Amino acid sequence: MLVAESISKRFGGLTALNDVSLNVKPGSITGLIGPNGAGKTTLFAIIAGFLRPTAGRVLFEDRDVTTEPPHRRAQLGIARTFQIVQPFAGLTVVENIAVGAYLRHPRRADALARATKVARRVGLGAELEKPAASLTIAGRKRLELARALATEPKLLLLDEVLAGLNPSEIRDMAPVVRSIRDEGVTILMTEHVMQAVMSLCESVYVLSEGRLIAQGAPQAVCEDRQVVEAYLGRGAAARFRPAGAALA
Amino acid sequence: MTARDLLPIAVAVALTALVPLFVTTNTVLNFLVLVLIVALAAQGWNILGGFGGQFSFGHAAFFGTGAYATAILQTRFGVNAWAGFALGVAAGALAGWIIGYLSFRSGLRGSYFALVTLAFAEVFRILANAAEVTGGAAGMLIKLDMRPANFQFASRAVFFWVALALVAAALVLTRGIECSRFGARLVAIRENEEAAQALGVDTLRTKLAAITLSAGVTAASGCLYAQYFLFVDAQIAYGTWISVEALLAPIIGGAGTAFGPLIGALSLHALGEIAKLFAGRVPGIDLALFGCLLVAAVAFAPEGILGLARRTRPRLKPAAG
Amino acid sequence: MYAPAIVAEAFLNGLLTGSVYALIALGLTLVYGVLHIINFAHGALLTGAMFAVWAAHAGLGLDPYLAIPLLTPLFFALGYALQRFVIGPASHGSESNILLVTLGLAIIIENALLATFRSDTRTLATDYGFQSVEFGPLILSKPRLIGFAAAVLVTILLWLVLAHSDTGKAIRAVAKEKLGARLVGIDVGHVYAVTFGLGCACLAIAACLLMPTFYVNPRVGNAFVLVAFTIVVLGGMSSVPGALLGALFVGVVESLSGLYFGDSLGQLGIFLIFILVLLVRPTGLFGAKA
Ligand SMILES: Nc1ncnc2c1ncn2[C@@H]1O[C@H](COP(=O)(O)OP(=O)(O)OP(=O)(O)O)[C@@H](O)[C@H]1O
Ligand SMILES: [Mg+2]
Repeated sequence: MLVAESISKRFGGLTALNDVSLNVKPGSITGLIGPNGAGKTTLFAIIAGFLRPTAGRVLFEDRDVTTEPPHRRAQLGIARTFQIVQPFAGLTVVENIAVGAYLRHPRRADALARATKVARRVGLGAELEKPAASLTIAGRKRLELARALATEPKLLLLDEVLAGLNPSEIRDMAPVVRSIRDEGVTILMTEHVMQAVMSLCESVYVLSEGRLIAQGAPQAVCEDRQVVEAYLGRGAAARFRPAGAALA
Repeated sequence: MTARDLLPIAVAVALTALVPLFVTTNTVLNFLVLVLIVALAAQGWNILGGFGGQFSFGHAAFFGTGAYATAILQTRFGVNAWAGFALGVAAGALAGWIIGYLSFRSGLRGSYFALVTLAFAEVFRILANAAEVTGGAAGMLIKLDMRPANFQFASRAVFFWVALALVAAALVLTRGIECSRFGARLVAIRENEEAAQALGVDTLRTKLAAITLSAGVTAASGCLYAQYFLFVDAQIAYGTWISVEALLAPIIGGAGTAFGPLIGALSLHALGEIAKLFAGRVPGIDLALFGCLLVAAVAFAPEGILGLARRTRPRLKPAAG
Repeated sequence: MYAPAIVAEAFLNGLLTGSVYALIALGLTLVYGVLHIINFAHGALLTGAMFAVWAAHAGLGLDPYLAIPLLTPLFFALGYALQRFVIGPASHGSESNILLVTLGLAIIIENALLATFRSDTRTLATDYGFQSVEFGPLILSKPRLIGFAAAVLVTILLWLVLAHSDTGKAIRAVAKEKLGARLVGIDVGHVYAVTFGLGCACLAIAACLLMPTFYVNPRVGNAFVLVAFTIVVLGGMSSVPGALLGALFVGVVESLSGLYFGDSLGQLGIFLIFILVLLVRPTGLFGAKA
């Protein structure tokens, strides 16, 4: 469904991604994990068309989309959420979601109906008319998911939709993600919450400092020596990075 | 768009249309016509700035293009005034598309977009002031020939109704935008351009459509001005005054709403008249007051007069932009 | 074609004009570089400064050059207060709001001046206003030469202050990394206001240097403001040497195109450059990459 071929991305002197290839099978939930700054968000941005890779290609359903702009990719069926949530702050929840729904439903009534349905689906049914700016962080994460879902994608890129949620909220969200897949949407997700990755993903790719260091079934990957080192060696160090850097 | 969406417009326009039946003094009618002309220019600005969040500081570029196009077509080419009006709107829309294409393609937004539109308006002003076809610094007179076929009316009341009809058309257009996919996407771009792209919004195309419509409506205002005063020069057509008025009215009235520009234009000019009443003939008092209102509106009433009115209904809504 | 001496004189005159443009643009650059805002009131503030110079001369008989030590701190204080108590609080930190608030201020200042001084154009009569200096075949105006020297001096001074003083370091820290600067205990609001004050102080000096050879009316700032924006954009938005180079370049372009195409079209050249630079390379010709 989605093939990334030898993707590299440099920001000035910094190599954020170095020769990364991955292959996402239709109907799967695939995980992309790695310590902070590994390049996960950058890879998502490249797949969704927000960044051009320095080298490499992105193929979606056997079609080269490397140079397509983001909105074209959305039309083709790639939707992404943003790790740093990007709500349309001045609009209500249902209006936010409707912007996504308009992609496949040009008429207002249809788009609003569709948006309402999606909102219920992700658990925002009670907050339809609330301004997006008034949502809690958990609500905003749901909104990200709902908007992306409203575009009726074939491939959904979820960038840490569980981060910042408490355990009970995560327990609520995980089944939602699984049910989306069950309806035929392929999912590629990044996540720091390992438990969720283990229970949701069939296969996992591990990035560290821009390189792919492991891939395979979640269980096997977690026992990989390189992976453990990447996490424990740098995971602790990452916490003490200066504040500005952690925002990137 | 349903009948319910249009009802407030129909009522407001119908009531306003009654005014000349009760008020017949020329001063008042003059005042109202000027308010309508400014409101129309502001309605144009509102499409791009209010809904799309792209603040133009140079809508004079479109106002002036409309005014000059209709004046030049009539005086130099003998085109009928109504046809000249239509062509003037088209010329303004085209100018909008070109300026939009150049600036949005190079990714200009925020302050940069404001600056570049201002610069375009200034370029047009200097050119119009120097070129021969525009009559240079002396400006252009449209030949007086008071016949409806010439878009000239002996009665000010009739001109008022024509202007009102145009404002009403712009109201309907704006309401239509509000209720459409195009409008939703435009607002999405205002709120967060990147997120809009992720949801499949072609931001360049949407912004181009918005600036084209916006410029067309403001150009209609320019044409109206030319027909009313039968005179155009570079300072009137491309001067900063109209750029400022077109932006001020929606922001004071309520940007990104259908009625905001109209309410803003009316309140501002009513206030300006009152100020003149008190301050006598001191020049600049009204504009200085407008400036204070602009600062106050940004500080305390980011949604303008309409937003203030709505605040009686408790609803949390953050500042746009 | 013109004789080489005439062209050379136009070129040098362009440099002289450019140096005063540099002072005006410097304030704008500084404010942009640190606060990341475009100050639309810059032109109106310049007009205010020019009227202040005129009033000091007409009312107190103060020579424009001697007004520098009086008006510079005054305008610093004015700028400080404007940013601290009006622009900062009113705009709630949003870029488009800042744009609107400074536009509002521009409208207020321009029209308050119009209400006070009316639309008459005024000039200063000094006994050195028309003195000139001859260099071989070239004749250059003496007050404008003084203006050039002073403008270059102030630019260098400002640059030194930014590079070496503690205030300068705080300003640069805020410009680079607002959050980090706040974390290490820098009062960001204060630094913003100081920067804005410095920008206005530059305007006061520019006004003092301009007045012996220029005129003032309530709209005079408009002529300068787009020029100043052009310079700032040419100079890469936030670079002091970039602004100086950009200003000299614009001065020369204006002077030479004025010579060849007449004055009003000379301005046209500037705006076209401005638009082109914005469209093609918003990081500027002389500036480092943003
Ligand atoms: N626009 C940019 N310009 C320069 N450097 C960038 C940019 N975007 C990301 N980077 C850098 O690229 C590297 C990878 O960042 P990225 O956000 O992709 O990591 P991540 O794996 O998503 O991390 P996290 O788990 O913290 O979200 C980081 O070092 C980051 O600082
Ligand atoms: Mg990330």
